[in-house]
Amino acid sequence: MDKSLLKINNLKASVTETEEKILNGLNLTIGKGETHAIMGPNGGGKSTLVNVIAGKDSYTVDSGEIKFEQEDLIEMPVDERAKKGIFMAFQYPSEIPGVRPWQFIKASVDAKRKFEGEKELSVREFSKKYDQNLEIVGINQDLMKRSLNEGFSGGEKKRNEVFQMLMLEPNLALLDETDSGLDVDALKSVGDVVNRMRNDDRSFLIVTHYQRLLEHIRPDHVHVLIKGKIVQSGGYELVKKIEDNGYESFE
Amino acid sequence: MENNSISRETKLEEKEYKWGFTSDVETEVFPKGLSEEVVRLISKKKGEPEWLLEWRLKAYRNWIKQDEKQGEPDWAMVEYPKIDYQDIHYYAAPNKSDSPKSLDEVDPEILDEFEKLGIPLEERAQLAGVAVDAVFDSVSVATTYEKQLKELGIIFCPFSDAVKNHPDLVKKYLGSVVPYSDNYFANLNSAVFSDGSFIYIPPKVKCPIELMTYFRINTADTGQFERTLIIADKGSYVSYLEGCTAPIRKSSQLHAAVVELVALDDAEIKYSTLQNWYPGNKDGEGGVYNFVTKRGKCSTRSKISWTQVETGSAITWKYPSVILQGDDSVGEFYSVALTNNHQQADTGTKMIHIGKNTKSTIVAKGISAGKGNNTYRGQVKVLPSADNAQNFTQCDSLLIGDECGAITFPYIEVKNPTAKLEHEASTSKVSDDQLFYLMQRGLDEEEAHHMIITGWSKEVFKELPFEFAVEAGQLLKVSLEGAVG
Repeated sequence: MDKSLLKINNLKASVTETEEKILNGLNLTIGKGETHAIMGPNGGGKSTLVNVIAGKDSYTVDSGEIKFEQEDLIEMPVDERAKKGIFMAFQYPSEIPGVRPWQFIKASVDAKRKFEGEKELSVREFSKKYDQNLEIVGINQDLMKRSLNEGFSGGEKKRNEVFQMLMLEPNLALLDETDSGLDVDALKSVGDVVNRMRNDDRSFLIVTHYQRLLEHIRPDHVHVLIKGKIVQSGGYELVKKIEDNGYESFE
Repeated sequence: MENNSISRETKLEEKEYKWGFTSDVETEVFPKGLSEEVVRLISKKKGEPEWLLEWRLKAYRNWIKQDEKQGEPDWAMVEYPKIDYQDIHYYAAPNKSDSPKSLDEVDPEILDEFEKLGIPLEERAQLAGVAVDAVFDSVSVATTYEKQLKELGIIFCPFSDAVKNHPDLVKKYLGSVVPYSDNYFANLNSAVFSDGSFIYIPPKVKCPIELMTYFRINTADTGQFERTLIIADKGSYVSYLEGCTAPIRKSSQLHAAVVELVALDDAEIKYSTLQNWYPGNKDGEGGVYNFVTKRGKCSTRSKISWTQVETGSAITWKYPSVILQGDDSVGEFYSVALTNNHQQADTGTKMIHIGKNTKSTIVAKGISAGKGNNTYRGQVKVLPSADNAQNFTQCDSLLIGDECGAITFPYIEVKNPTAKLEHEASTSKVSDDQLFYLMQRGLDEEEAHHMIITGWSKEVFKELPFEFAVEAGQLLKVSLEGAVG
C-alpha cells in the first residue's frame, strides 16, 4: 500500500504569460502524516511549487506529473483540488470587498461537505466551531466584521489564512511563506496551530525563508529548492546547516 | 369566452378600424395604432371622468407635437431600431381566458427559473399569472393585509380604482411631479396609461408592512404603460417594493411607465425595484425596451430613497430622480444595473436641490458582462436657493470579460457657492487572484464570481428589505449564467 499523499515526478513548469521556466524537473514525495519544509533563495521556485500544486493558471505545467492520492492533479480544476483536501495558505491573500469572512468560510466549508456527500453545517454548528477556532488562532471577532482581508494588517491576513486552515481541516496544507511579516507572538501561534493539527493523515508542506517557524514546528523532512530543483533533502538538521552556511554551499 | 371578437393579430382597414372602436366597446384588445380616438376609448373603457380624459388628450396632442418636432430622445447611449408607434396595441383588458389555470399549464422554462430564484411555491403561481381563483392561499393572505391597511386609513389599490374612489387625490397629484409634457415617453404614457398602483398614506401613519406589487398582481392588469402614484402625507412612512423577480415574458417590446412620488413634510418614501423583464436572447433578439420615468418630490424635512436592481430588459432607460424642494429634505439613489449578452442600460438619477440644507446621496454600480453596455448618467443640480446643499456621488463599474463596456456621465451644475459636492468613481475587473483565492477554498468558478459580485454590490443590497436582498443576489446569479466559466 502506497503511503504517499502527494507524489511529484520530474515536474517542469513555467510562467504562462512570459514562458519563463521556473521548475526544472522537481521530484518530491510527501507521505501521509508527514510535515515537509521547503527552503531556498528568492526566485528558486518555492511559491511556484505550491501555486502549481493548488492549480493556479498563471503557471503552466510543461511536463512531469503530480499525483494526489494516486489521482492525476494537473488537469483537475482548482476548486476540485480544494474539495479533495488541498489547502493553500496564501502569501498575499486577496481582498474581497463586501464579503464577510463568515459568509466566505461557511460557503467553503459547505462546498467541501457537499462534495463529500455530507449535509451543510447548520448555522449553529458552524458558528460554534468558528468562534472556537478564532480563539485558538487569536483573532479578534471585530476584525472579522470587516470585508474579507480588507483593512487587515499583514499579520492579520496570515492569521486569517491559518484560521481558514483550521476550519477546512485539509489533508494537505500548503503554507506559502506564512511566517513572513509575523511578529514573535504571531509566529508562535501559527506554529501552535500547525502542531495541534498534525496527525497521521494530515500532511504539511511549509515554504519559508527562515528557520524561526520551523523551530516551533520541527518538520520531518527539509528540502532545499534552488533554481527549480530540489538539490538536497534531509531532516531538521538541514535547517541548521542552512542557517550556518547559507544557500551558496548547496549550489 | 364572452366577447373576444377581434383577435390580437387582426389588422383592420382604416374604416372598419374606426367603426370597430366606436361600436364594439366590449372588445378585449384594441387593434394596433394610436390616435385621439384610441385615447378616448381607453378612457371610456375605464369609465374615467371628463377631467382625466382631457388630461390624456392634452398629453396626446403634445406627444404628437413632440413626435413631429424631434421624435424620440436620442441622447442616451442605447441603440435600437426605430419604434413604430402605430404597430402597438394600446389597450388590452385582462383576459382571464388566456391565463393558465394551474401551474401545470405554465411554461416549464419559467418554472425552472422560479426554482433557481428560490421563490416560494405559493408565490410561483401568482407570478406566472395563474388565474386568481386558482390560488386560494394568496388571496386570503392579501385580504388579511388589506384589512389591516384599511384600519390605518392606507389606500393601496390599482390606479383605475383610485380614479373612481379617490378622484380628489388623483386629480390633485397626478402629473404634479412628472408633468404630461415632461419627456417623450412620459408624454406617451400620460396619453395611454393602462393601470398601475396608487398609494396614499395618511398623516403620521407608518405603514407596517412593505407594500408590494406582486401581492395584488392578479387584481389589476399592469400593462406596458403603467402609472404609479404614491403620496406620503405629513409625517408618514411607506416602503414600496416593485417588480417581480420572475422573468415575465411580455409579448410587447415597449414598456413606458411613469412613477410619481410625493413626500409631504416630514414624510419618508422608500421605493425599491427589482427589474427582471425579458432581456432578449443571446444574439440580442427580442427583449423589453424599458423606458421609464420615475421622480419624487420632497417637501420640508422629507426623504425619498430609490433603490433599484436592474438585471432585465434589452434596453433600460431610467433615471429615478428627486426634486429636493423643501428645506432639509433628503434624496437617495442606490442602484445596481447589470448588463449581459447584448443588453444596454443607460441609467442614473437626477438630484435637484432647491431647498436649503438639502442632501443627496448617489451610489450607482454598473456590472457589464458579455457584450453588455452600461452607462451611468447622473445629474446633480444645485439651484441658487439651495444654501448648504450637499451631494455625495459614487459611481463604480465592474467589468466581466473583454467585450463589455461601461461609461459614466456625471453632470454637475452648481449655482450656489455654499454647496458641497463629492464625487468618487472607480472601474474594476474581477481579478484572477480573487477568483483563484475563492476557488482554492472550494467554490466553483460561478460561485466565486457570484460571491465577488454580490459583495461588490453590497452597499446597494443593504438598502433593500431583507428578503428582497436575498432575491436580488439570486437574480444576479441567474442573470450572469453563461457569462462566466
